[in-house]
Amino acid sequence: MAIKGVSLSVAEGELVSLIGANGSGKSTLLQAVCGLLPGWEGELAFKNDSLKGLHPPAIVQKGISLVPEGRLIFPPLSVLDNLKLGAYTRYRKKQHIEIAQDLEMVMTLFPVLKERTRQAAGTLSGGEQQMLAIGRALMAKPSLLLLDEPSMGLAPLLVDKILKTLVQLRENGITILLVEQNAQAALKIADRGYVLETGRVVLQGNSEDLLADDEVKRAYLGKDYGDFYDGRG
Amino acid sequence: MTQDRIIYGIFFLVITAIGFAVENHYYLQLLTIIGINTLLALGLNMLMGYAGQISLGHAAFYGIGAYTTAILTVHYNINPWMSLPCALFLAVLVAVIVGLPTLKLTGYYLGMGTLGFGMIVHILFREWSSLTGGASGFVGIPPLEIGPISFFPARNYFYLVWFTVLISFVFCKRLIKSRMGRALRAIHDSENAAKAVGINTRNMKLEIFVFSAALSALSGFFYAHMVSFISPESFSFLVSVKIVTMVVIGGMASIWGSLLGASLLTMLPEWLHSFSDFEMVVYGLILMLVMIITPQGLTRGILDIYERSRTTKNKP
Repeated sequence: MAIKGVSLSVAEGELVSLIGANGSGKSTLLQAVCGLLPGWEGELAFKNDSLKGLHPPAIVQKGISLVPEGRLIFPPLSVLDNLKLGAYTRYRKKQHIEIAQDLEMVMTLFPVLKERTRQAAGTLSGGEQQMLAIGRALMAKPSLLLLDEPSMGLAPLLVDKILKTLVQLRENGITILLVEQNAQAALKIADRGYVLETGRVVLQGNSEDLLADDEVKRAYLGKDYGDFYDGRG
Repeated sequence: MTQDRIIYGIFFLVITAIGFAVENHYYLQLLTIIGINTLLALGLNMLMGYAGQISLGHAAFYGIGAYTTAILTVHYNINPWMSLPCALFLAVLVAVIVGLPTLKLTGYYLGMGTLGFGMIVHILFREWSSLTGGASGFVGIPPLEIGPISFFPARNYFYLVWFTVLISFVFCKRLIKSRMGRALRAIHDSENAAKAVGINTRNMKLEIFVFSAALSALSGFFYAHMVSFISPESFSFLVSVKIVTMVVIGGMASIWGSLLGASLLTMLPEWLHSFSDFEMVVYGLILMLVMIITPQGLTRGILDIYERSRTTKNKP
């Protein structure tokens, strides 16, 4: 198993960042929450209900949406179809009017998508694809949004834009768990943070404290020992 | 939507016109076979082209449709229209039983799994002589009729089959544009991503497999009552491959591709009779050329050529 003995919580309305290097088990954790990884041991609860043994469709219906690592949009399908697929479980319940409203909401959040509704999703740029992936996740009307490295492979300007969107979503009342390698950017917008290392939580706390923590700075914020030992002889 | 309606309208008129114009019974029968093959290819296209699940055993469902109606109508004297639901039900039942374990496989492995199933059914048709007539075949399947209208004349049968094709086209097109169609294409693309948006991929794959099997059984029903004689060789592994070829040549994930693929593969052997000994060589060559020139199938190829000609015309 990639993770062992990890315990973490996200309160309603919070934006929590989970940071860690490659192979620290961040994505594994998210996959377990979404039901994409059967056979784990432990306890997972959402709004006091256990998520153990549930399949992905049931978890999506409970209000948990994942923006997967590497976006995993459907390239040959149109942007509109991608978004509609996000609302897949809701079409079953015939919520057509609400879905249309949410579609409008996503389009105002990401105006680029509105210009390209008929285009195949594979023709979008990396940043636009990430926006589409987030938009698709939002179409399920989640109360908890999970994001797996949304900044991966994007230019700093776009990362900024995407993270700002997350802050905006949190203000709209969506709880967010953000998994990131880009520790600085992720901690800046988060309320709290966890640092994962080789499958264990090594540090946790308010994001300001974590940003100031020497250990985090050394390992994830790209400052090397030289800066710390400066003047200490 | 309106554009679709116009296309269906044209399709309807073309069917009617051909039915009126063609006098030769042999040609009418050939066209009817194209219709039956189109239904077969359409069923597999829904499974393979849209949902991305390959099946190398579809001849088995085709055969189940044909043999069920043959056995019920000849041995038990049941009205063909009553044997149709039985044939469809049996195909659906078998599809569920076979689909539940095999659809867990993906890619080549799914191909192998369905291939094995197809071979087992083929052997059943051949060896269960008391019921199926064995290798020498099954004779005396009665023609279809509704009240005073007999479908024995080739023209009536032609209309029956082709209007069924038209209805199936409308139905499949609606299915593809629906929530389910989007889910199928999502599964084709990435099963994991499809799961992540909340699609129950296992059920969805099973549903389309069953639907596809039912369409094949329907073609089998039409085939049996048209030729009145069936033998196991009409439902062998080679037939399964032929159905796959129709889908690939015609165009994956295209309803009209099924029609094109079925037409080409049914007509080619007829046109190539003049090559006598070299018939199969030329047949293979043509298929190779089609795949090299239009790797995405005839439908996409023709559309590409049309679009290219339009853009070059617009240039000053």
